[in-house]
Amino acid sequence: MFIPRQVITQAAGHGPVKPTRTRLLQELRHNSPLLGCRFDPSGQFVFAGAQDNSVQRWEIYSGRKTAFTGHQSWVRAFAFAGNKVYSADYNGKILVWQTDAEIPTPVQTIEAHRGWVRALAVSPDGRLLASCGNDNLVKLWNPENGRLVRELAGHEHHVYNLAFHPRGEFLVSADLRGGLRQWNVAQGTQTRTMDCSVLFRYDGTFRADHGGIRGMCFSRDGALLACTGITNVTNAFAGVGNPAVVLFDWKTGMRTRVLRPQANFQGTGWGVVFHPSGFVAAAGGGQGGALWFWQTNQDNSFHTVTLPTNARDLDLHKDGNLLAIPFFDGAVRIYDIAPPHLRL
Amino acid sequence: MKPFYACNSLEHAVSRRHFLTGSAAGLGALGFADMIRASGEIERRNKRVLVIYLAGGVSQLETWDPKPGTNTGGPFQAIPTNVTGVHICELLPHTARHMHRLALIRGINTNMDDHGGGAYIMMTGRRRNPGESYPHLGAVMSKLLGDENNPLPGYIHITPGSGNGGFNRGDAAFLGPRYASVTLPDGNPPANLSRPNTLSELADAQRNDLRERLNNRFMQTRRSADTEAYTTSYDQAAQVMQRRSIFDLSREPAHLRERYGNHDFGRHCLLARRLLENGVTFAKVSHSNYDTHHENFDFHIEQLGEFDRTFATLLDDLAQRGMLESTLVVVMSEFGRTPTINRNLGRDHWSRAWSIAAAGSGIQGGAVVGRTNDNGTAVVDRQVNGGHLFHTYFRALGLNPTRNHYAGGRPIPMADPQASAISEILS
Repeated sequence: MFIPRQVITQAAGHGPVKPTRTRLLQELRHNSPLLGCRFDPSGQFVFAGAQDNSVQRWEIYSGRKTAFTGHQSWVRAFAFAGNKVYSADYNGKILVWQTDAEIPTPVQTIEAHRGWVRALAVSPDGRLLASCGNDNLVKLWNPENGRLVRELAGHEHHVYNLAFHPRGEFLVSADLRGGLRQWNVAQGTQTRTMDCSVLFRYDGTFRADHGGIRGMCFSRDGALLACTGITNVTNAFAGVGNPAVVLFDWKTGMRTRVLRPQANFQGTGWGVVFHPSGFVAAAGGGQGGALWFWQTNQDNSFHTVTLPTNARDLDLHKDGNLLAIPFFDGAVRIYDIAPPHLRL
Repeated sequence: MKPFYACNSLEHAVSRRHFLTGSAAGLGALGFADMIRASGEIERRNKRVLVIYLAGGVSQLETWDPKPGTNTGGPFQAIPTNVTGVHICELLPHTARHMHRLALIRGINTNMDDHGGGAYIMMTGRRRNPGESYPHLGAVMSKLLGDENNPLPGYIHITPGSGNGGFNRGDAAFLGPRYASVTLPDGNPPANLSRPNTLSELADAQRNDLRERLNNRFMQTRRSADTEAYTTSYDQAAQVMQRRSIFDLSREPAHLRERYGNHDFGRHCLLARRLLENGVTFAKVSHSNYDTHHENFDFHIEQLGEFDRTFATLLDDLAQRGMLESTLVVVMSEFGRTPTINRNLGRDHWSRAWSIAAAGSGIQGGAVVGRTNDNGTAVVDRQVNGGHLFHTYFRALGLNPTRNHYAGGRPIPMADPQASAISEILS
């Protein structure tokens, strides 16, 4: 099942979407469980990292798959700048590739962090690549040459995620215990902290930390910040807890709402996106997989799509009508939230 | 005086003194060969055991038997150790520098995926069967190696958290409660070690004197293993009160405490070393928790991050004090974890192909025995079970595992007769 090019073309321009009519559009298969995925800025490809240490690229029109091999560990983080894709692994490395390479080989390797690089982001102007990881550091790189621009220290726990504010002046990073730090990118200074500890718990029975910001994004106008993960943890080692999306008001830095699935679900939110029309979508897994939709002024989801197995990330196509979700069963599934009749 | 029991059984007849074939006072009556044997036995009395128990089942793939680049290997790399050709998981960089002291057993198949059943096998060397109860390794070693004159319990279990402490008489089975373990929750010393301020020294002595007289009168006619254990525990408590500084970790240099780690496991390991140094025969330190059905990799980063540096420090400390050669150190769990990574990035219980590590007394450092297949799903060379491990611990401590306990006059092999020691890791 492949997407006709016409569908993508028709979808351009953020036409009417109807999450309650979400349907599976395409299933892109790999033979190893997948961990994370992103559409490239052109919207032509979707990239996913797999548990076999490979990165897989699919052309979403044709379904043609190309393997990017070179990582020695798992990959969950991606970012794009110019015609390059940056992929980061659990072994501290960022590999740089040409996005549309016919026979991909890494054009550069950046020794980025000690241990797992958990997230990447590129600044809105494309001039900075940000990374974070298990060395408790945030680092800013020149994406053109891979040189370190600045190191941002302050987190006391593994840094799980980061996102640039759409206006580009600030970067927000988030750690295992839900500590959010706002950084002035030009000056390299920490300007504010925010509390997302609702997505963390120390499990006294198993004597272990559990939580962390698994997905993170700003609304396009920059007014809201969304973080997803797991809350209400009662048994860390069995994953007993509930997915949630925490919304922050950027102006005040205060938490405004904790979005939860309408129906009880046990698991973790692994990816979150804001749709340009205003709603929030998140995907997760635990007791199976699910995709939830919320309005930003309501705590409970207004629609849930049951997924075939555990979802591990979520991305929104630039056209606003397609969602990509990587799965434990090795598939990236493309979901259409603007059924064809709505595009006509 | 030879003890007698109201139950009139022979089960107590093989005391550690008897097992060790005589006391120093009896040496004069022995021939030369006997004296050599006796000196060996006395040497064995200076042996002790430290078990680091990674509760819940640590992953063999994230510790002793990594399989990077395979479909089961997970995200972590294998790193070289200071023994050429031996690699362990990257989560153990400090331990890797002590490989010359460690032996790895990579071919364990205990075929028991239940927590309780697996723990029983690892503690007793036998599978649990209805109607049977075998003593824990700690109780056995407390009996065979312990010094009856030492006031401290022979078998101490340091657990995380503030659970219930006290005696666990079931651990000793037919050996009798005096060899049972004593749990120290969160490493805390037994309660009320100090005499209350409201009780004068004289009043305390008078109370104890009265208790002893009543106790002795009772013992004339109603002596049993339980009454003896009761009496022993009182005597022990009194002597422990005199030596309560053993539990005071502030007496250790600050730099050493820092090296052990400013967390529960670090403090518990340092306490275990102090206990062993002061005559405890068998110390078990539990580190919780590794039962990672969910997000195995994040949790192993966290837990092994604590374990690794502390364990390396512990080995160093024991070696520097000259204790390592006489202390058998074993790192074990109740089982390992599945090679298959589940949908929640977890690993489940897995007992068919897993690993443990040992060091110290009788252990050939750097030895690796047993092998699993490429993705760790099966043992392909030198498969062993809990019985083999039990035999190996005995041999490493200079004990004979083919001897018998006696319970109600019935001989019970100290270790499973179907198994034998893993000689490849013995020095």
